Amino acid sequence: MGVIAEAWTWLTTGANWSGDGGAAHRLAEHLYVSGIALAVACLIALPVALYLGHVGKGGGLAVNLSNVGRAVPVFAVLALFMMTPLRNSGYLPTVIALVLFAVPPLLTNAYVGMTEVDRSVREAARGMGMSGTQLFVRVELPLAYPMIMTGLRSAAVQVIATASIAAMVGLGGLGRIITAGFNTYDTAQVFAGAVLVALLALVVEGVLVALDRLLSPLRRRRTA
Amino acid sequence: MAGQNCLVANDWICGEYLRSRSHELTEATVQHIWITAASVLIGLAVAFPLALLARRGRHFAGPVLGLTTVLYTVPSLAMFSLLLPLFGLSAALVVTGLVLYSLTILVRNILAGLEAVPQEAREAATGMGYGPVRLLWEVELPLALPALMAGLRIATVSTVALTTVGSLVGKGGLGNLIEDALPSFFKAQVLTASVLCVLLAVAADLLLLGAQRLLTPWTRIRTSAGASGVPGIAKTEAG
Repeated sequence: MGVIAEAWTWLTTGANWSGDGGAAHRLAEHLYVSGIALAVACLIALPVALYLGHVGKGGGLAVNLSNVGRAVPVFAVLALFMMTPLRNSGYLPTVIALVLFAVPPLLTNAYVGMTEVDRSVREAARGMGMSGTQLFVRVELPLAYPMIMTGLRSAAVQVIATASIAAMVGLGGLGRIITAGFNTYDTAQVFAGAVLVALLALVVEGVLVALDRLLSPLRRRRTA
Repeated sequence: MAGQNCLVANDWICGEYLRSRSHELTEATVQHIWITAASVLIGLAVAFPLALLARRGRHFAGPVLGLTTVLYTVPSLAMFSLLLPLFGLSAALVVTGLVLYSLTILVRNILAGLEAVPQEAREAATGMGYGPVRLLWEVELPLALPALMAGLRIATVSTVALTTVGSLVGKGGLGNLIEDALPSFFKAQVLTASVLCVLLAVAADLLLLGAQRLLTPWTRIRTSAGASGVPGIAKTEAG
């Protein structure tokens, strides 16, 4: 219990939050890097997955390729970037590493969501005279929506947890609080940093669940 | 002479590096493999009873799934740091952390596999006089095997990648080589260790895929495109 109390003290001490190495700045860095990485990953993964799912071809290859991405250690990618001139480009190495990390869950879920759309529903829509675009926008996308959001949620949580690894190669984010505490044998600070990252992940997950409920295309029709 | 020069010139690819440090590379790879194997095997041994417990009812499933999900949101860096007071600078620390991470994926997939067993199969077995233990081992477990193996593959590949973070306490297998090379910008070492790491993950994945084919010959009769583990991945990511 001692560590928890000390971590609470650390978190409620104003001095730990201010300044360049303070928790507030680290939190902002963490959110900024994770947000950009997630947005870029969505821009890459979703069009590819949705198109392949709509056409119904080449998805197996895309899913397998993106699973290879899971095998690439973020730490190794960051270390490789630190060997190149990119190390002087601020948050770019972290963003690229996290994009590679976030693409697999997004791609897999969106593709599976598209392929799980019932074949008879597709055929009915075609029979009603829908064009390919109409079929995609009015039938496939709404039905695949829950899986896409599930992928987005798990990608967001993983990206936020993983962004802390950037600290191992000296880049910014909440991980720096943890490594700084680790280097000075300050368990309370390590615990405080871990709690901050985990809380951030849970808050983002909560926000995305709420957004999901608000935006769900099926919800309105069901009540109507 | 050309071989020597690539170490001096700090090239990305260096044959001389592979020759002169082969002992170091082998040692790191062996450490990487046994840490991963131990973590996944212990993870499986812990996840199985947890999945059985979660299956018994909602008041067990909620806490089990909730707890393993929360564990997954703890960043690996923090997990290893927080376990430090308990284990010191040891491989046991890294293995414990990796076991905790593998639980999320394994418990979910085992549970999904067991719940997908058709009720008729269960009833038929019970009608034939199968007891609960025999029902589990001879009917439910084989039918849940594809989902279980899909989870095992994801857990193994993720664990191979995560083991590198263990270099924080000096027990990260190939990650140690990467960490050692950072201050001196030793390109050949970072690239070689990273590539070996990815190769390990791919090899482990193919090995498990082969094992899955051998263990579940009946799934190959249905030649549907979705039978190659994609549904398992979908289940893992769900929720």
